Amino acid sequence: MPFSAQLPASGEPYVLSASLDNARHLSSLLRAVHFQDHATCFATASGLRVTVEDAKCIQANAFIQAEIFQEFAVQEESVIFRINLSVLLDCLTIFGTSSLPGTSTALRMCYRGYGYPLMLFLEEGGVVTVCKINTQEPEELLDFDFCSTKVVNKIILQSEGLREAFAELDMTSEVLQITMSPDKPYFRLSTFGNAGSAHLDYPKDSDLMEAFHCNQTQTNRYKTSLLKPSTKALALSCKVSIRTDAQGFLSLQYMIRNEDGQICFVEYYCCPDENITEAEL
Amino acid sequence: MRFRAKIVDLACLNHFSRVINTISKLAKACTLRLTVCKLYFILSDKVANGGASMWCELCQANFFDEFQMEGVAADHNEIYLELVPENLSRALKTAQSAKAVKIKLTNKHCPCLRVAVELPSLSSSSRIVTHDIPVGVIPRRIWNDFREPSVPDFDVSIYLPVLKTMKSVVERMKNLSNFIVIEANLSGEMNLKIETDLVSVTTHFKDLRNPPWVSEDGCQSSAEGRHLESMAEACIDIKKLQQLLAGQQVNPTKALCNIVSKRIVHFILLHEDVSLQYFIPALA
Repeated sequence: MPFSAQLPASGEPYVLSASLDNARHLSSLLRAVHFQDHATCFATASGLRVTVEDAKCIQANAFIQAEIFQEFAVQEESVIFRINLSVLLDCLTIFGTSSLPGTSTALRMCYRGYGYPLMLFLEEGGVVTVCKINTQEPEELLDFDFCSTKVVNKIILQSEGLREAFAELDMTSEVLQITMSPDKPYFRLSTFGNAGSAHLDYPKDSDLMEAFHCNQTQTNRYKTSLLKPSTKALALSCKVSIRTDAQGFLSLQYMIRNEDGQICFVEYYCCPDENITEAEL
Repeated sequence: MRFRAKIVDLACLNHFSRVINTISKLAKACTLRLTVCKLYFILSDKVANGGASMWCELCQANFFDEFQMEGVAADHNEIYLELVPENLSRALKTAQSAKAVKIKLTNKHCPCLRVAVELPSLSSSSRIVTHDIPVGVIPRRIWNDFREPSVPDFDVSIYLPVLKTMKSVVERMKNLSNFIVIEANLSGEMNLKIETDLVSVTTHFKDLRNPPWVSEDGCQSSAEGRHLESMAEACIDIKKLQQLLAGQQVNPTKALCNIVSKRIVHFILLHEDVSLQYFIPALA
């Protein structure tokens, strides 16, 4: 392994070390959650989770399970650090974002533990790049406490059905309103922008609807500006599950198939917008 | 003082447009020197340019079907003009499918380069789009400011790696830092490094060759007798390097750089009909 010559001879083990033949398997998922500069990385034997939050209202998680990596070893029960995600992405894509078919950037990632920088070794076409990115104290993350028993409504849609809707979301509308119901309109996306209101309905027997489990009629509004970044995850995904709980918290789970056909997940959690009163609906 | 030239061949026109495009990325304003045989685009190392300088040379016969030049005087048969290359680049953008392009030096209200683009038209008479690009005539007494820079007494000379890779790396590094260290040795190794409080990144290129320089007067250059592994390095403004690489739309026939440790990096990019030299000074 060409990189072994660059590991320190101190004998001190890395608490996290991982190898990936195609760095894009990691970088494309991280881009899907890149709406803030900082992210928290959490590694266990199962894999890597990268979390990004904003405004204490929205949280995105990218999961890259250990099986995606060619090698993934975590020495402690869990390893956690905060890192600048923009810098991390620039490093992972140092050789460019688009690549000729058949060529890819190989990655080796090493982390010595608390207070140490994250080391990245990237190689493409015989050229090696070494990156040392400083890590920070992890901050407390939101816990949306979203578990399957608390779910009120759930649907699974094929992503292609939602892609256009999200890409063309009326950004002059402060909120995106989501209605889920066992009765008509079943699943409706609404915006209220400068040009007027727009409603997009998905019937429960539509070809795009893979699963439909709605028990209660719920209408919730979410800030468009907070949900817009999820479009990146939607663009990469083949399927998306949309769930709400009794408080109107929204969970969007995206199933993403990478270049090698392996499955990874990205999820977005969003708080409902509290400023709207019933009278306005 | 007279100058008129004409390009009819579409391939020559596109080639010329590409050269002007590259120049416009490197200099906001520069000097155009016209001689009987050649065109030169010159940027001298003023503080306003961040100390960078450029010397680009073209053989007019490789581009122009007609070329007539009468300089300021019989014994100084040259013309020096100051111009904004971006203006010329924009004028040539309208000429992508032109039948012919004529360039003429005029002085109706003020000195201008008149670029007349003859476009194909369905009717019998052609459509002509004319651009008047203001230029400044540079007086003979300061022509000495624009002499060809000599190749510096470099510590290391090395061929550049594949420009596409170098371009990608430098573009990413530009997001992370304002300065980049370029270092190379006589064993064909080059490193590009950036370091800030947040991050440090080093890219290692190997198996590049070192060009064999034969000095004109037979003297030993400072590169001889140098330890093969010893790195010569210079810390330069990363934007200047990125602009140089971004301007290379076609792969040069030869691309190399000469490094004078901690002083200057001298890039030489040779295409079939054009040679471009770009000097980026090292920052303290």
